[in-house]
Amino acid sequence: MSNAAKARPTLRDRLNIRERIRDRDTAVYGILIIVAVLFPLVTVYATGGTALVSHATRAGYWVLLAIGLNVVVGFAGLLDLGYAAFFAIGAYTYALLASPQLASSPAHHAVHINFWILIFGSMLMAALFGAILGFPTLRLRGDYLAIVTLGFGEIVPQLFYNFDQWTGGINAVGLIDQPLLPAWIQGPWSGDGDFKIVSPFSFNTDPVAFYVLVCFLIAIAVILVTNLYRSRLGRAWMAIREDEVAAAAMGINTVTTKLLAFGIGASFSGFAGAYYAADVALVSPDNFLFIVSITVLVMVVLGGMGNITGVIVGALVMYYLVFYLIPGLPENATSLASSIGLGSLNQSSGDWPGLGEETQRLNFIIYGGILVGMMLLRPQGLLPSRVREQELKHAAVLEEASAVEEGARA
Amino acid sequence: MPESTENILELTNLTKRFGGLVAVDNVSLHIKRGEVFALIGPNGAGKTTLFNNVTGLFTPTAGRVVFDGRDITGSKPHQVARLGIARTFQNIRLFDYMSCLDNVRVGRHVRMKAKVWDSLFKLPWERREEERVTDEAMELLRFVGIAKHANQYARNLAYGQQRRLEIARALATDPKLLLLDEPAAGFTPQEKVELMQLVKKILSRGITVFLIEHDMKVVMGISERIVVLDHGEKIAEGPPDEVRKDVKVIEAYLGKSA
Repeated sequence: MSNAAKARPTLRDRLNIRERIRDRDTAVYGILIIVAVLFPLVTVYATGGTALVSHATRAGYWVLLAIGLNVVVGFAGLLDLGYAAFFAIGAYTYALLASPQLASSPAHHAVHINFWILIFGSMLMAALFGAILGFPTLRLRGDYLAIVTLGFGEIVPQLFYNFDQWTGGINAVGLIDQPLLPAWIQGPWSGDGDFKIVSPFSFNTDPVAFYVLVCFLIAIAVILVTNLYRSRLGRAWMAIREDEVAAAAMGINTVTTKLLAFGIGASFSGFAGAYYAADVALVSPDNFLFIVSITVLVMVVLGGMGNITGVIVGALVMYYLVFYLIPGLPENATSLASSIGLGSLNQSSGDWPGLGEETQRLNFIIYGGILVGMMLLRPQGLLPSRVREQELKHAAVLEEASAVEEGARA
Repeated sequence: MPESTENILELTNLTKRFGGLVAVDNVSLHIKRGEVFALIGPNGAGKTTLFNNVTGLFTPTAGRVVFDGRDITGSKPHQVARLGIARTFQNIRLFDYMSCLDNVRVGRHVRMKAKVWDSLFKLPWERREEERVTDEAMELLRFVGIAKHANQYARNLAYGQQRRLEIARALATDPKLLLLDEPAAGFTPQEKVELMQLVKKILSRGITVFLIEHDMKVVMGISERIVVLDHGEKIAEGPPDEVRKDVKVIEAYLGKSA
């Protein structure tokens, strides 16, 4: 009896808390979760508004996109330069099937399908198109595949422009439905004092609601992609990335495996697309141009190809750079100059357009310089992928094996 | 077909042409179940091309490949692997940025059943299969003697260990026939002896071994029958002692004496 009690591992042993904290990925996830929880509380308290939370909701879909592209580029090693196309397909799937848009199309009937259903519909639609694109093209390798995906990425927004009967073309699709939560129970915690059932809760472009939603979507995406990464399929992807001939010789069907990478990568983009359409409530073909594909690719490469935590951090850093730091530079430079007594720099005189204007002109040089600098300093990415030291169960086996091998040698 | 049960691999008039070059010219040979069969010949004789034709990397221009009583001529590499032929490569082709354990687990791929949905949601049987495969992979790493490097990138291993890892990865596919392409290339005499022991251990698992090798000591030491290729043609076949004395073989290796 006492023996059995001793043999059973304690809760602390089972959780392996120390090993987990030492494991870099777990530590990064821990920090990300804490930051994600504190971010809205702190920013709303400090700024009194939700502008920063709104920024975070936008950053969220970039994170989703980066997680999805990482499957294609980081795991399977297929260079996809047209990833925004799948994002567009996901966004338009939601936009068309959950807005008044189709009433003014040849169908003459507006369709309003629930967000929670359509988010999976968008996933499937994007995956389907991923497979359609993948099927004829995956026999191509490396550079050739990149060019074909580039072409696909250019074609899709054009199609949404030109099928304006259905998509509204340049006029964009607007008035997109907001996600609804089913009826729920309100209690004293709402400050109301009474329990009562409240009618369905609409997100109604509330940034905090979308922030919570995107955090959940990211969590789901991370769990699913991590599961795939640590599975038969994930290893097959990496084997193809490392050496396609050897992978085939080990019995991996390279065509279907690559097709799955394309389809699954695309489906996360469709996921992000549906969320994006609901959040922004306005979808136009302009939102899915080549620059979107490239930005996501930069996020993946800069974060650390093949490493999920790296890619998330890369997406957040890039978002901060591209959509917050760089656009805010002229204003910040101007106010900095006046606060340190160089206000005269802000006046335009002769060829000098004023500090703010000048910074505006140099925006892209600064952006490019930061990218080049980051890649020079950390060519393998911010958090490069490493061998997972998670075979804890085998730690003992390893020690025993090395002891035996040493013994055999001696 | 009584022969097909005795012979695990039969090549009939196998020919492979690249444009005007005939890399393998009308070669017929058979490998018996449970033997060590060696293919030797000078550089450029077509040995590796012959391997590639058997494993499906190339489609033969003419001739037939019959494995275990089944015509596999022109099959895809992954189909050939599923049927039970595994191979190593002359210039080591490991998955460099994957751990040794993962390299071997990739080899197990073809014997695993988990589908996308099983993995996506980590269903219980998928988890159990993963655990079982991890154990089997560790066992194989121990079998070839590199278990302590399980968690290192394959590229970080020493040369000899990389060759061993390639063999472990090939064994993970549960082959009936193992093709080794110059497994002892670049080995020290001591490593060659260890390799020969390893081949014997593999044989005792009931796996037939078909190897290409340059080192005569290794070839003579472990193989029961030898075929010699020169310029794509078979010039000799037989047990090691006979082949060694064959005039044509000596000519092919040392040049014609005046």
